[in-house]
Amino acid sequence: MSSETQKILTTDGIPLEVSLKKAEKKNKIKAFLLVCPLLLFLIITYVFPIGDMLYRSVDDRMVTNMLPKTYKAMEQWDGKDLPEEEVFEAFYLDYKKLVEEKTFGKLATQLNFEKNGFKSILKKLKRKMKKFEEGNYKEQIMGVHKRWANVEYWRALKRRAPSYTYAKYLKGIDMYENEDGNIVQVPEDRRIHKILWLRTLEVALFVTIFCFLMAYPIAHLLATLPMKYSNLLMICVLLPFWTSLLVRTASWMILLQQQGIVNDFFVMIGLVSDDNRPEMMYNKTGTYVAMTQILLPFMVLPLYSVMKTISPSLMRAGKSLGGTPFVAFWKVYFPLTIPGIGAGCLLVFILAIGYYITPALVGGASGTLISNQIAFHMKSTLDWSFASAMGLMLLAGVLAIYWVYNKLVGVDNIKLG
Amino acid sequence: MSKNSEFVKFDKVDKSYDGKVLVVKDLNLDIAEGEFITMLGPSGSGKTTCLMMLAGFETPTNGEIYLDKNPISNIPPHKRGIGMVFQNYALFPHMTVYENLAFPLRVRKMSKEDIDKKVDKALSMVSLSGFENRMPGQLSGGQQQRVAVARALVFDPAVVLMDEPLGALDKNLRESMQYEIKHIHESIGVTVVYVTHDQGEALTMSNRIAVFNDGKVQQLSSPDKLYEEPVNSFVAEFIGENNRFSGQVTDVSKDKCKVKLDDGSEILANPITVKSNGEKTIVSLRPERALINTKDKMENNFKGKIEEIIYHGDHTRVRLNLLGNKDFILKVPNSSANMDIKLGNQINVSWNSFDARALDPK
Repeated sequence: MSSETQKILTTDGIPLEVSLKKAEKKNKIKAFLLVCPLLLFLIITYVFPIGDMLYRSVDDRMVTNMLPKTYKAMEQWDGKDLPEEEVFEAFYLDYKKLVEEKTFGKLATQLNFEKNGFKSILKKLKRKMKKFEEGNYKEQIMGVHKRWANVEYWRALKRRAPSYTYAKYLKGIDMYENEDGNIVQVPEDRRIHKILWLRTLEVALFVTIFCFLMAYPIAHLLATLPMKYSNLLMICVLLPFWTSLLVRTASWMILLQQQGIVNDFFVMIGLVSDDNRPEMMYNKTGTYVAMTQILLPFMVLPLYSVMKTISPSLMRAGKSLGGTPFVAFWKVYFPLTIPGIGAGCLLVFILAIGYYITPALVGGASGTLISNQIAFHMKSTLDWSFASAMGLMLLAGVLAIYWVYNKLVGVDNIKLG
Repeated sequence: MSKNSEFVKFDKVDKSYDGKVLVVKDLNLDIAEGEFITMLGPSGSGKTTCLMMLAGFETPTNGEIYLDKNPISNIPPHKRGIGMVFQNYALFPHMTVYENLAFPLRVRKMSKEDIDKKVDKALSMVSLSGFENRMPGQLSGGQQQRVAVARALVFDPAVVLMDEPLGALDKNLRESMQYEIKHIHESIGVTVVYVTHDQGEALTMSNRIAVFNDGKVQQLSSPDKLYEEPVNSFVAEFIGENNRFSGQVTDVSKDKCKVKLDDGSEILANPITVKSNGEKTIVSLRPERALINTKDKMENNFKGKIEEIIYHGDHTRVRLNLLGNKDFILKVPNSSANMDIKLGNQINVSWNSFDARALDPK
């Protein structure tokens, strides 16, 4: 094609592309302004907090900024033997300043995360420090407590020197960087996070499966019943959805506890003896039951919206062509519901993997999930950076599952409603 | 091989959905082998219900349906071996055209070669060879329709049911599909039970037509008989156009009767359902059987005033005020002889008493 034919002019002689851009400009600005509130909302409530979380999970400047002289002096130290006098002096000066500013408590907390026992020797140091004489700080500090003469504690201190750290992520999968700089697992009796991750995955997976098995017939009934019955059924499905989450969880506690209604019923019909009532709460069973019930509508609704669009004549066609009812269902109906199954499973799984209140209330010790651990670090230990790190690991996990799902089923095949 | 004239037999079939209203009342219908029979009727007349009972998706409340002399009420749909074309085609949207056609063959556990052969044959029958790998969504309405027909025929069923299969197509396509289905029927000789509310479709395609109304078969006969000799006023009204005069019978002889119309004038008619003097009746006359300014001698001659003229290309429809009926329609062929048709003119209209059928008053 020659260049002459490519350049098309409007009747006024302006190039077509320029004219088109000019004509579209107003609409584009309008469209952008309409989207603007949503964009701002997303940035403020989503991008910003997640960015902050990411930053918190690796940010380690607090300790670095509290002990500037110490870390400067430590640059020379090889970390093998106890550091020299100048490091002790620098530490003394830094710590003295923190004591005067009354911010030494934060340092004690942070260093105690790194190595247990730091808090007490720092407190002892603070008390004895008032009587320190000038010079020879190494002797004086080591005299406060014998741990100050232990090189491990100084190494731990040095490990906190960099402004940024991935130690929290390692901690999240029960690993740590040891004195030699190798990444190793923590002792077996302290590997709690791995158990929690696996349990979280297991619970989310089974809750998804239970929800699917229960929701599929319900959704099918909803989609095929005449209007007046299906409306009633729909309200039955949605009624719990409109009830407070806490109320629903609490009612499960009433039902499932050892002296609860379900156990009473089992005893009454003679299924179990009165002195041998099964524990159905404060363990995984309770978590499964309550979470399945609570997340069920999230499976029913996408399935229903897909099934509603499947013409009943398709099943009839399958049967009239010679397929048994099962064959007609399996070859015709089921494949057409896959978009709904995908949407429902993804929705339930993602909600379940980060579920918090229900496992906290009915889960007991063996039914708590990773989100409860995150909450624990947010509220009790105040180790926000660790909580952030675990939160991000959870987010990464969900994104990974989404990616796998996209590869297997294809996101285009999801139908949320 | 002699054809079985009772290949499909509805024997005293009643159907009610709610236990209060009968949708189908005492249906007795024999369908011969290889016949193309159409169930025609307004919506809600019970014709689709009959089809669904035959297919096995509804059970008769009373009575029995026989297929080749075997009662089939207790046979589930998938064992009846009846092909069906649905109103909205009901092609499986997640399968290709090939898979759609192979479905009935696969569930019958045929070998791969046989399936390929049969699918090929069925597709070439509806002139869609080469479309095997398309998805139904990529086909036009007419093509989807043909795939649906091919799928209903591919497993060589004894009977094929079609439930308003052409309802979703536009007029031209509908007409060409009518011929296509008719030709397929003629070439393979399968028994077809066709449901439609479109009388044109029914007249074009069928060997026999069963006109349904109110859960009953009003008339079962060949298309020409149905049009020329309707047995009651519903059929006369429903099939084709119809001029009606209501009146009272004053004199009945063997093949003629006198009817006194409401405006006082008397016409001669052909007594079909009327038996005695004094009966109320509706006289039905096809528009093309009434002639204007004719030189032939006819028994009924009247003058009417032209109220409206509608031009239709090959003919002109003229609405007259005749004998108190303001909606008397005439079809006048467009020829140079009929130049005096002008609004407000009085013209002579005549017809034979044989063509004016005195039916039930309803």
